[in-house]
Amino acid sequence: MITLDDLIEIMRSSAGTEEAVTLDNEIADVPFSDLGFDSLAVLEIQSQIRLRHGIPMSDDSIERMTTPRATVEYANSLRGAEV
Amino acid sequence: MSRAAVVTGIGVVAPNGLGTDAYWSATRDGRSGIGPISRFDPAGYPVRLAGQVDDFDVDEHLPRRVVVQTDHWTHLALTAADVALADAAVTPTQLPEYDMAVVTASSSGGTEFGQREIERLWSKGPQHVTAYQSIAWFYAASTGQISIRHGMRGPCGVVATEQAGGIDAIGHARRALRTGTRLVVTGGTDASLCPYGLVAQLSTGRLSRRADPARAYVPFDLRACGYVPGEGGAILIVEDAEHAAQRGAPRVYGEIAGYAATFDPRPGTGRPPGLRRAITQALADAGVRADEVDVVFADGAGVPDLDRAEAGVLTEVFGPRAVPVTVPKTMTGRLYAGLSLDVVAALLAIRDGVIPPAVGIRHPVPEHELDLVVGACRETTVRTALVLARGYGGFNAALVVRGRPRNNVRGGDNDHSR
Repeated sequence: MITLDDLIEIMRSSAGTEEAVTLDNEIADVPFSDLGFDSLAVLEIQSQIRLRHGIPMSDDSIERMTTPRATVEYANSLRGAEV
Repeated sequence: MSRAAVVTGIGVVAPNGLGTDAYWSATRDGRSGIGPISRFDPAGYPVRLAGQVDDFDVDEHLPRRVVVQTDHWTHLALTAADVALADAAVTPTQLPEYDMAVVTASSSGGTEFGQREIERLWSKGPQHVTAYQSIAWFYAASTGQISIRHGMRGPCGVVATEQAGGIDAIGHARRALRTGTRLVVTGGTDASLCPYGLVAQLSTGRLSRRADPARAYVPFDLRACGYVPGEGGAILIVEDAEHAAQRGAPRVYGEIAGYAATFDPRPGTGRPPGLRRAITQALADAGVRADEVDVVFADGAGVPDLDRAEAGVLTEVFGPRAVPVTVPKTMTGRLYAGLSLDVVAALLAIRDGVIPPAVGIRHPVPEHELDLVVGACRETTVRTALVLARGYGGFNAALVVRGRPRNNVRGGDNDHSR
């Protein structure tokens, strides 16, 4: 399982934080683009989820990664399918 | 629109000074920033000296988001651009985004970033390579990041002409002004002091292997033995003079009055190199006679054959010992695309009436017949300066700068300086 806090940690450490945005649970439903994460930053987040949590996210999964919550749910659905 | 391209802002990140004042004070006084390479252990390499920008802490200057996406060379460029824009009192959000452009030079791209990711690729596998490698390494990265950071969407570009790039970018910026752009962020930086970057530089055979920092890079000297590499550079704000006046630019350092670039003929043709043509065309472009040039900031490769060729051209164009010649990059090492720093030195020489010296030269080659400014700076009126740069592979660039054009912009800080 990956939690929203895990994802926020990835966003903070790998993609760098935007000073103006506080990365807490309130951002769960805010689109990545509105948080200042462009498509390349989302690709980096996807890559880090794969690396750190061993979840087999394919390259085109970034289309499903619209918001932090959608990303966590999609990642966990893949983990579920894998088991 | 006027036809004059003027410099209204300067940002410097140099091995002998972070910031324009620190750099200029060191340069006037002949203080060098060349020392042992500390960025990595150079013991296994034949070159152990470099001009490093040691007192640079990226987190003091840039947001983390940008830092993780970019190479050290881009960190230096972004920081210098911020400083230059502040110096010019430009608030980019107050200008139309398509009226501002970014044209920088890059010689090496993001080698340090690239080396780190290649190491990950080999030791851990492709999944461990960051997505940002795709944008961090390539030559246009600094231009792109400056453009994004400041919302500048005019005709942007990057020039990759090895060590002539810092001059060529400024020439290109002037061209952009002539097609209607009002302001260009230009110049360049390079930072290739990692093992991969150093090895790439070694391939030219032009780097100095001497161990003494005071004697390792001595152009036009009997003991010339190649050059010391350096990192850093300078970013300049170049504007149409009328636009600068309209928006109330606080100061004008000078005018980019003439520029030319040439390319050497293929080796073996017997035809002369292109440096002389670059000089004469740049002077013609500026409408300046040779005897009106007050100082030459020479390329000063430090390679005996190249020094001889340059000295020969200078005595042909100006006459023997007829114009002061200096090489302040003896205090920084050669910064590749960052040699836009020489244009800064030329502008400040004009402002302050001081020609900074070349350091380390003790035995000038007598046959060169150059009036070298060595050891200490020389106080003299400087109205017009010629800046030269050559890049490996045949690039030549010449730029003429002169004091600010009259009646275009109200006076500023450059009136008090002497």
